Amino acid sequence: MSAIPDLELAGVSKHYDAFSAVNDLSFSIAPGSFFSILGPSGCGKTTLLRMIAGFIEPDQGDIRIRGQAMQGVAPNRRPATMVFQHLALFPMMSVGENIAYGLKRRGEPAAEIRRKVSAMLEQVGLPGAEYKPVSALSGGQKQRVAIARSLVLEPTLLLLDEPLGALDLKLREHMKIELKQLQHAIGTTFIYITHDQSEALVLSDTVAVMNQGRFEQFGTPQSLYYQPASAFVAGFVGANNRYTARVNALRGDAAECVTDGGLPLIGRIVGTPPRPGDAVELFVRPEAISLAHEPADLAHCDLTIEAEVDSLLFDGANSSVLLVDKASRTPLRAALPQNGRFAHLCPGESVRLGLQVNQVWGYPAR
Amino acid sequence: MIRLLLTPTRLGRLLPLWLLLAPALIWLVGLILLPHLDLLWLSLQTRGDGGGDYTFGAGNYLTFFDEPLYWRTFARTAVMSLIATALTLVTAFPIAWYLAKIAQGRLRQLLFVLCLLPFWVSEMVRTFGWILLLQSNGVIPHLLQRFGFTDQPVELLYHDATILLGLVYSSLLFMVIPLANTLDTLDDSLVEAAYNLGGNGVSILRDIVLPHAAPGIAAGTIVVFMLTLGNYLSPVLLGGKNSLWFTEQIYNQFITRFNWQQGAAFGFLLLILSTLLVWAGLKLTGQSFGEAMRKS
Ligand SMILES: Nc1ncnc2c1ncn2[C@@H]1O[C@H](COP(=O)(O)OP(=O)(O)OP(=O)(O)O)[C@@H](O)[C@H]1O
Ligand SMILES: [Mg+2]
Repeated sequence: MSAIPDLELAGVSKHYDAFSAVNDLSFSIAPGSFFSILGPSGCGKTTLLRMIAGFIEPDQGDIRIRGQAMQGVAPNRRPATMVFQHLALFPMMSVGENIAYGLKRRGEPAAEIRRKVSAMLEQVGLPGAEYKPVSALSGGQKQRVAIARSLVLEPTLLLLDEPLGALDLKLREHMKIELKQLQHAIGTTFIYITHDQSEALVLSDTVAVMNQGRFEQFGTPQSLYYQPASAFVAGFVGANNRYTARVNALRGDAAECVTDGGLPLIGRIVGTPPRPGDAVELFVRPEAISLAHEPADLAHCDLTIEAEVDSLLFDGANSSVLLVDKASRTPLRAALPQNGRFAHLCPGESVRLGLQVNQVWGYPAR
Repeated sequence: MIRLLLTPTRLGRLLPLWLLLAPALIWLVGLILLPHLDLLWLSLQTRGDGGGDYTFGAGNYLTFFDEPLYWRTFARTAVMSLIATALTLVTAFPIAWYLAKIAQGRLRQLLFVLCLLPFWVSEMVRTFGWILLLQSNGVIPHLLQRFGFTDQPVELLYHDATILLGLVYSSLLFMVIPLANTLDTLDDSLVEAAYNLGGNGVSILRDIVLPHAAPGIAAGTIVVFMLTLGNYLSPVLLGGKNSLWFTEQIYNQFITRFNWQQGAAFGFLLLILSTLLVWAGLKLTGQSFGEAMRKS
């Protein structure tokens, strides 16, 4: 692996009047990686991507692509091509002409263009589609043509702005896997924007969680999931149980807390060490909650709760159960184990919950 | 068969349709079809040598080809109209682009109104405005002399260029509106995508913008060409005696010579010319009339 990162940002900012859409971002992306920017609507993702593509000039900071400073370099001269949110395929051209567009602009010989276009179509699974009009393609096929059109130029960076946003769920799942395989096969660095956490987690080598123009966390999907750095990340990644609580006592590096609803919990507080009495936000992953009928089954847990089944949310592999704590009536959501042992819980039935301290995350309340 | 068609139920079902179509039909038949048929009939009446009797025949059409003044004026009108249309297109395109793609909100509305504003005054008055500006003791020659560009006032009226100026000016709006409409529907991200893939201004205009705007260009060009070809005021007032515009010949036949038969024949020749040129233009650019009119 070369030492020069494919993309490097240093102190990049963009303001619209007093509003800062992108706020002092610095990061670098290693060659060949799949990098996702995950964030809610309006957090500045598109603005950031368009600055990398060159459509917007940053107010401050430097953007470097493979070591080359990009300041003042027009979009048509940057080694970064973009797949647009609504694809922006040229409707007046056939599939082949769409893909050939960039090669023609470079003045490559016609025979070479034809060869590259057909090889590229092969690669995205549409061999022989050169002469089809764009309007004759399905949503997924258009997607592939849009990606092929950008990749055929062999860019250093491929920028993708929510490319799967317009597809239905099933196709999205399918394209997700295809995209991952494609990136693996070609090895181009992908910069991928999404507000869908599962896309970001499944596809990426590195994910940045973005909020209000800043990165809340930058790391592997695993670190995002298992060690969320802020309450925002913990709330955004995964479908967490979220409670506001107060610290009661400290036990080693764990804090014993009571939620505002009266449920006692124990967890790790991230950031400044808490003191008893501090207000905190606690997050408990549904998949981190162990279910049992016998107390002996929860011996490894740091905390057990007596609960009652409220309702069952059956969703195949993603099934979960809504529970209430018997003492405080606080609702909790727990994932059902895959082995089907608890598939037949009935509303009103009693069940024991177990939690481990390193699976409950707390953050000082703001 | 006829009885079958006119069974009461069938008639009853079709009656509302006919009633709905009636105004349009009356307009089409009464104001367009009938007068044209009448003119066609008239144009085929040729005055005898003595001047008295009329006979049926193509004599009026033959006169047109026999007399060089007539067909030369005709050809000149066609060529000048094509030039004026091309100039209008070139002038209107940046305006339409600005209106559709760059101007936002209130500025955009204001600009549209500004485009429309001259049309609140009659064409006659607008053309006289140009005369005031351009005639030898008018504003522009005066300014040219004042700032030392010319030694004495120059006559800017009565040139072909002046006629073209007047024609472009009075047709601009009819080009800007259909162009702005089609450009408005051009997705900005197409332009951005082309730019991102290495396109530059010229190639994006040629490969993306013009193909998209083609129906608007066709519609604007047809309308402007027809208006120019049939324009009377601008060529006559701005070109004076040198204008040699074909509508002037038609006017002369009807009004000065009182030869309605000849005038009607000229009128039909103009109609045929404009139809042929529009058809040829559409064929050459691969557009269809219906599409051009629908998309803009
Ligand atoms: N031209 C502009 N003028 C003013 N504000 C803008 C402009 N473009 C974007 N913004 C603002 O900047 C913020 C970030 O916009 P951006 O398009 O980057 O969001 P995003 O993260 O891509 O959102 P989404 O997921 O909805 O696409 C938004 O709050 C938006 O209102
Ligand atoms: Mg966006």
